[in-house]
Amino acid sequence: MTTTFPVRRPTLRVLRDRALRLAELVTTPLLPDDYLDLVAPLRAGADLRGRIEAVEPETRDAATLVIRPGADWAGHRPGQYVRIGVDVDGVRHWRAYSVTSRLDRPDGCIAVTVKAIPDGRVSNHLVHRTRPGTMIRLDQAAGEFVLPEQLPPAALFVTAGSGITPVMGILRNLPAGATDVVVVHSAPSPEDVIFGAELRSLHRDGRIRLVEQHTDTAGLLDPADLARQVADLAERTTWACGPVGMLDSLEEHWASLGLAGSLRTERFRPAVLVTGEGGTLSFTRSGTRLEAGGATPLLDAAEEAGVLMPSGCRMGICFGCVLPLREGAVRDLRTGEITTAAPGDGVVVQTCISAAAGACQIDH
Amino acid sequence: MTALQKKPESPVAHLSAGDVDAIGRELDAIRQEVLDSRGEDDAAYIRKVIDAQRRIELASRVLLLGSLFPPAWLAGTAGLSIAKILENMEIGHNILHGQWDWMRDPKIHSTTWEWDSASPAEQWKHSHNELHHTYTNVIGKDNDLGYGIMRVDEDQPWHPMHLGQPLWNLINACLFEYGIAAYDLELGAVVAKKETSDPEFRGRLKAVLGKIRRQVTKDYVVHPLLSGLAAPTTLAANLTANVVRNLWSHSVIMCGHFPEGVETFEKSSIEGETRGEWYLRQMLGAANISGSGVLHILTGNLSHQIEHHLFPDLPSNRYAEIAPKVRDLFERYGLTYHTAPLPTQVASAWHKVLRLSLPNDWLASTTPANAPVQVLALCRLATGGPKARRPQQTAA
Repeated sequence: MTTTFPVRRPTLRVLRDRALRLAELVTTPLLPDDYLDLVAPLRAGADLRGRIEAVEPETRDAATLVIRPGADWAGHRPGQYVRIGVDVDGVRHWRAYSVTSRLDRPDGCIAVTVKAIPDGRVSNHLVHRTRPGTMIRLDQAAGEFVLPEQLPPAALFVTAGSGITPVMGILRNLPAGATDVVVVHSAPSPEDVIFGAELRSLHRDGRIRLVEQHTDTAGLLDPADLARQVADLAERTTWACGPVGMLDSLEEHWASLGLAGSLRTERFRPAVLVTGEGGTLSFTRSGTRLEAGGATPLLDAAEEAGVLMPSGCRMGICFGCVLPLREGAVRDLRTGEITTAAPGDGVVVQTCISAAAGACQIDH
Repeated sequence: MTALQKKPESPVAHLSAGDVDAIGRELDAIRQEVLDSRGEDDAAYIRKVIDAQRRIELASRVLLLGSLFPPAWLAGTAGLSIAKILENMEIGHNILHGQWDWMRDPKIHSTTWEWDSASPAEQWKHSHNELHHTYTNVIGKDNDLGYGIMRVDEDQPWHPMHLGQPLWNLINACLFEYGIAAYDLELGAVVAKKETSDPEFRGRLKAVLGKIRRQVTKDYVVHPLLSGLAAPTTLAANLTANVVRNLWSHSVIMCGHFPEGVETFEKSSIEGETRGEWYLRQMLGAANISGSGVLHILTGNLSHQIEHHLFPDLPSNRYAEIAPKVRDLFERYGLTYHTAPLPTQVASAWHKVLRLSLPNDWLASTTPANAPVQVLALCRLATGGPKARRPQQTAA
């Protein structure tokens, strides 16, 4: 059997492709998929979707969503995030959340944990108003915030707030005793610690050493606190995830110690540093014109106006949103760097972290 | 009907520039209310309609595999007709208007949608959204006025060719999707100007022919073949459903702009048009069809043609809700809100097609008593060449 296997597979594929083309003849102008989606939206070959099976509260403002991914879900590495597309008030929004579930869940589901941030339209919807049965769109897992194949002898995780989520994804899948782990986590109060009970139980069992800093009483975590809490900090490979301010100060501190190479950080939002005057944003193909603010990414401004835009991580990492700038100027919101294009040029720009810096024309 | 600007008593003479601005502001406010409340329920509505349409179409096509059995033929044909009507009207027309773009769902978006019509979405959007909706009822600018093949206004000179227009209109109704495709291609003008070898036109023509080929393959080859022995009856069912859909959409669209009393406008009148004036032209240039919720859905809510022309990009399911407010506005500003049941509007539109197929005032001034004299006069006009027709035209 094994010898005929490589021969049979392509034949099957050819047959399937022919059947599909035949089916297209009867479904035009739609595709066979459009009809199959009615009955089997999670089947192999469909656009990647997920069905929310359960919403489990974690704290007063955080919840874990258990998601049954479509058949084409390729799995994830602990620490990675998944982008999910969810309809809020009828409008599709995409956000990235860390996968927090164990790899060997018997039901084949994955879980992401979401913290509702103040005024966060999507996070509040997911935490407080999402019901089991809701269908969402998914992307394949992505991200480099993962443990290496060769585990370091000692690891340090520095997290704050929802920054614990990718780390929980890692801890839950780390064999006991695989490495010496210290977790320094900060949250406003003991009740606000997402996965608080589980982390403390890991600590009691000696699987990790957990240091909690409750900012309501002890103030924000700074590098000095950290040096006091973790004496052997320089010997540990460190992963950090949390608010931009914390990550920036950690990076600075690690650099000053000459240890920049042993710190990895995960950010879920671009650090907007430089803003300026906006301008008129126009699209060559759709003809849409709109006024874009100098602090608003082109991607957000265009989507607000109903333009269907390619998008990815929304934090300037994945390059899934790049489009050619035909004319005008845009500003990189992270650095303030201005990119200009003369008429006819096609300088590709990342729309998720670029804002209009005057009139600009995008080829789309 | 005569262009509004040529009428001895203009229906808008009583409105001051301030009134027109006020109308514009009130309509903007109505629009904003819908935008502010647009959300989950609306998204659920269009998804439900799309879902239902696909299920009806699928069930009907499966039923037609047994179309040798007459009840299956009847039910399948009726179902397929309804599915095709929904697909073109409430779904296709409205998605291509961008009414659902705000959902940011790439599956339901004006830039990605394709419909079951001979005219490719891209070409139709240009001629419909950009030309017809911008230049609504402006003589010489809006080709929807008679689709370039009919005389639909007293101001258009009469020619003996127009005697045949009731027949052209009927043929156009049966083949409506192809008529639309030819019209979106501006086929008539391109042929007249001998520009058929223009590469840009060739490209568009190829796109249309490609779509027609795919549609024909589906409805008249593959689906009948899949029905085996029932191939001829399935083919007949698909042909019937296509004609029913064409007749229906043609009737609905005729009701939108052709009924008696709907105004037309002179080309010069839209120069420097303000927002209020644009709204006013849309108010006077469209007519509604009154009826039940089912009728509204089957017409793609073009039964609310007035509301649709005022706000072409608002979700169609919201037109019914704003219609009373719009109607109230008409009444307060002394304007006529044209609405009537479907049979009345269809009859009115056909009456106009018939009336204008004849020289101005011929139909109104003909009675059984003077018929022979009138017919003789008509024959003289029809055969007498331009010179004989000139006095009649200046009189109008």
